[in-house]
Amino acid sequence: MSATSTANAPAFVAKTKGGRITDFVDQRVGGSGILREFGRKVFPDHWSFMFGEVALYSFVILLLSGTFLTFFFDPSMAETHYDGSYTPLKNVEMSVAYSSSLDISFDVRGGLFMRQVHHWAALLFVASVSVHMLRVFFTGAFRKPRELNWVVGGVLLILSMAAGFTGYSLPDDLLSGNGLRIIDGVIKSIPVIGTYISFFLFGGEFPGTVIISRLYMLHILLVPALILLMIVIHLFMVVVHKHTQYPGPGRNDGNVVGYPLGPVYAAKAGGFFFIVFGVVALMAAFFTINPIWNYGPYDPSPVSAGTQPDWYIGWVDGALRLMPGVIGDFHFEYVIFGQVLTLNVLLPALVPAGLVFTALFMYPWIERWITKDDREHHVLDRPRNAPTRTAIGMAGFTFYCVMWAAASSDLIATHFHVALNDVTYWLRALFFIGPVIAFIVTKRVALALQRKDREIALHGRETGRIVRLPHGEFIEVHAPLDDYKRYKLVGFESPVPLPAVPNEHGVVTRKEKRRAALSRFFFEDRVAPASPAELEAAHGHHGQHEVESAEAQKTLSH
Amino acid sequence: MGNHSDGSPNHSGTVATAGQNEVEKFQDPGIPPHRLRLADTDPKAAKRAERQVAVLFGSSVVGTVIFLVAYFAIDLGPDSTIATIRLQNALLGIGTAFAMLGIGTGIVHWAKALMPDHEVSEERHAIRTEDDRQAAVRIVDDIVEETGIKRRPLIRNTLLGAVALAPLPALAIFGDLGPRPDDKLAHTMWAPQEGKLKRLTRDPDGTPIKASDVTIGSAFHVIPEGLNELHEGKLNEKAKAVVLLMRLNPESLKPSAGREDWSYNGIVAYSKICTHVGCPVALYEQQTHHLLCPCHQSTFDLTQECKVIFGPASRPLPQLPIAVDAEGYLVATSDFKEPVGPSYWERDEHERNINS
Repeated sequence: MSATSTANAPAFVAKTKGGRITDFVDQRVGGSGILREFGRKVFPDHWSFMFGEVALYSFVILLLSGTFLTFFFDPSMAETHYDGSYTPLKNVEMSVAYSSSLDISFDVRGGLFMRQVHHWAALLFVASVSVHMLRVFFTGAFRKPRELNWVVGGVLLILSMAAGFTGYSLPDDLLSGNGLRIIDGVIKSIPVIGTYISFFLFGGEFPGTVIISRLYMLHILLVPALILLMIVIHLFMVVVHKHTQYPGPGRNDGNVVGYPLGPVYAAKAGGFFFIVFGVVALMAAFFTINPIWNYGPYDPSPVSAGTQPDWYIGWVDGALRLMPGVIGDFHFEYVIFGQVLTLNVLLPALVPAGLVFTALFMYPWIERWITKDDREHHVLDRPRNAPTRTAIGMAGFTFYCVMWAAASSDLIATHFHVALNDVTYWLRALFFIGPVIAFIVTKRVALALQRKDREIALHGRETGRIVRLPHGEFIEVHAPLDDYKRYKLVGFESPVPLPAVPNEHGVVTRKEKRRAALSRFFFEDRVAPASPAELEAAHGHHGQHEVESAEAQKTLSH
Repeated sequence: MGNHSDGSPNHSGTVATAGQNEVEKFQDPGIPPHRLRLADTDPKAAKRAERQVAVLFGSSVVGTVIFLVAYFAIDLGPDSTIATIRLQNALLGIGTAFAMLGIGTGIVHWAKALMPDHEVSEERHAIRTEDDRQAAVRIVDDIVEETGIKRRPLIRNTLLGAVALAPLPALAIFGDLGPRPDDKLAHTMWAPQEGKLKRLTRDPDGTPIKASDVTIGSAFHVIPEGLNELHEGKLNEKAKAVVLLMRLNPESLKPSAGREDWSYNGIVAYSKICTHVGCPVALYEQQTHHLLCPCHQSTFDLTQECKVIFGPASRPLPQLPIAVDAEGYLVATSDFKEPVGPSYWERDEHERNINS
């Protein structure tokens, strides 16, 4: 860069025209300083760090395609008769919003493409935010100093679902109209103020004539502005914290190992934007999404079987489906002091989502409390090396997935030719025992993988080379690992349970006892990393080593 | 399972305990030595990679051309068909995909094959130094001191009070977002107008239904007479008033006390709005006499006055009392005797008002 001059050194004169322009700008914005700070900033590299990037890029694609759509979309619920080029709906009475969505699809060149890009990018946005959060959870990236950024991420997840839902409803088609109808039903179940909220949201009775324009404002202004704000905070904190890195040789909590921003990392990340855009374009080209012309305009009377919300709302819809309205003679809707409490709607709509998000937001502090760990963590955990956390994560994931599957209970029944009621009964059972099974299985798998790591660290990797010994036995030769590969397998912390300690008054409080119990629950089952002494011991009888490992190998392969 | 961890299993049988008391750890060997890529050592390979990147960028240009041709050459005129739109959509998508993927994969390939791939290590710095903290505390103390807010509680308390109340107008101003609910949810268009009973008419064309049209096993989607003629709030009324009309063998109906004259010759009418969250209960299983809501699978049994037999709904579908007028058309003898649709806080109160 030619821009190195500052106000104190006016002697610098750029030679080229471009240089003079750069220098002009630089003297006024101080770009040199920024470049000096960030131009070579180091970023660790790993494929799983891409999910956050996918989220960011799909949001950019959403802004681009969404802006295009606003030029043609009219969020009015005024009645009109369709006169566009899609003949099956000719002269059908519909809202202007639906009619203009059809026009975008059939009469605006590239309109259908932009609608499909927008919808696919929206699905990808929520998906990548979710997967990114799973990555952050399972690798422990939420630990100090990143707890607050984890919370910002959780808020972004909620906002992305809000953005999705408000946009989904805009075309005012039959499918999304039924979605709104369900939202209205859920809102009305809120005690005391539910009916008022419903009337205030819809401007009167459902469906009214204002809901689309109100959602439109939320969808194109309020929600994206909040998302943008949260993204800015999120990325600002990433810069402050510097990125986490996976464990490995040369990596520790005091450094950051990776590629410099310029040129390699910037090129990879920048190029990746185009790849994400290209993939979304391919999906938009070949996979139909939300064919609103098949559904028809919203009408409170018809509904199609097999209705499905967009994927990210599925888990809440599934929870609504799983809840029984009546058990035996007990009705979950009952009258209390002359007022109606609709628990069969209220409980499934609020409790599972409330549980998931409360646990999500609180988890960093819960783990911090249990481990009493106040150190900064910049090196990630491999999920297997934190078996209990990984198991908790999988339990939560299973909880979510059971509800998600329940949103498709009717399709599961028709596709697999089983009774709908049985599918629901099974899913109801899985709702409770699924997370428990997932916890146990995951924890055992993680511990087994840790044992496998120990085995490889101490005895080397399998070479696939079979040798016949003089007495006729066949063995497989194990090759010892080099120091770098071994360090990856042994260089992790394996915390032990922290017993309860008395406080300053010499009293072990009940809270401290609970913490100690949880600590035991977390770290009781553990596999310690292999130590140099163990490696020494394994190598000590090196003469028989190959035979030994061959025998171990035989047991392994059973 | 064999013991392949060099440790004796503890009581849980799966966890190795060996090494748990070892304090000694492996030394970090440092960043692994850099391995040269083919393009770093072989000029031919580097040249090849350079050409590959150029080809990828070139494919992006091709994609842009495909997009522009598809946009301008395909006409969405009045006689275009769905096939034309599909073709254009596919070509626009392929064009964009090539244009974007060409640039993206080209840059990434360039970065991976040709740009330096030395990993470098950078120190992390404390996010907050103790020095900064102390300086910040001093500054805040000075600021607080200069405002004098601690010494002048009157100012502090009045300010707090004012700030606490100031957002209230911002809430109040949203008061006109919607009308008060009152008892709007409790009434539908089925209420007789000036003594004239409303006929049951077909959804959507609004033609009246004769009792003789309704054969055993058949089902009709029904709207009230006059709904289609409404100029305002048509969907609002329809969202409350839609009804399913079915005819069963009269013996299979066992009307409860007070409902004996709500049906006609085995013809019964029930609200089509699910009592769960309001989807239309649109599926009628003729053999089992079940009504099924496709949204959340609440199932209602017609022979038990639409009692919930499965699913998340808790309350039976409201029944519409019907009869036949002098010309043989089906009419509603009154409005529903309870609010239809999803439950709400004031629902029971409204039901009591209707029946009192």
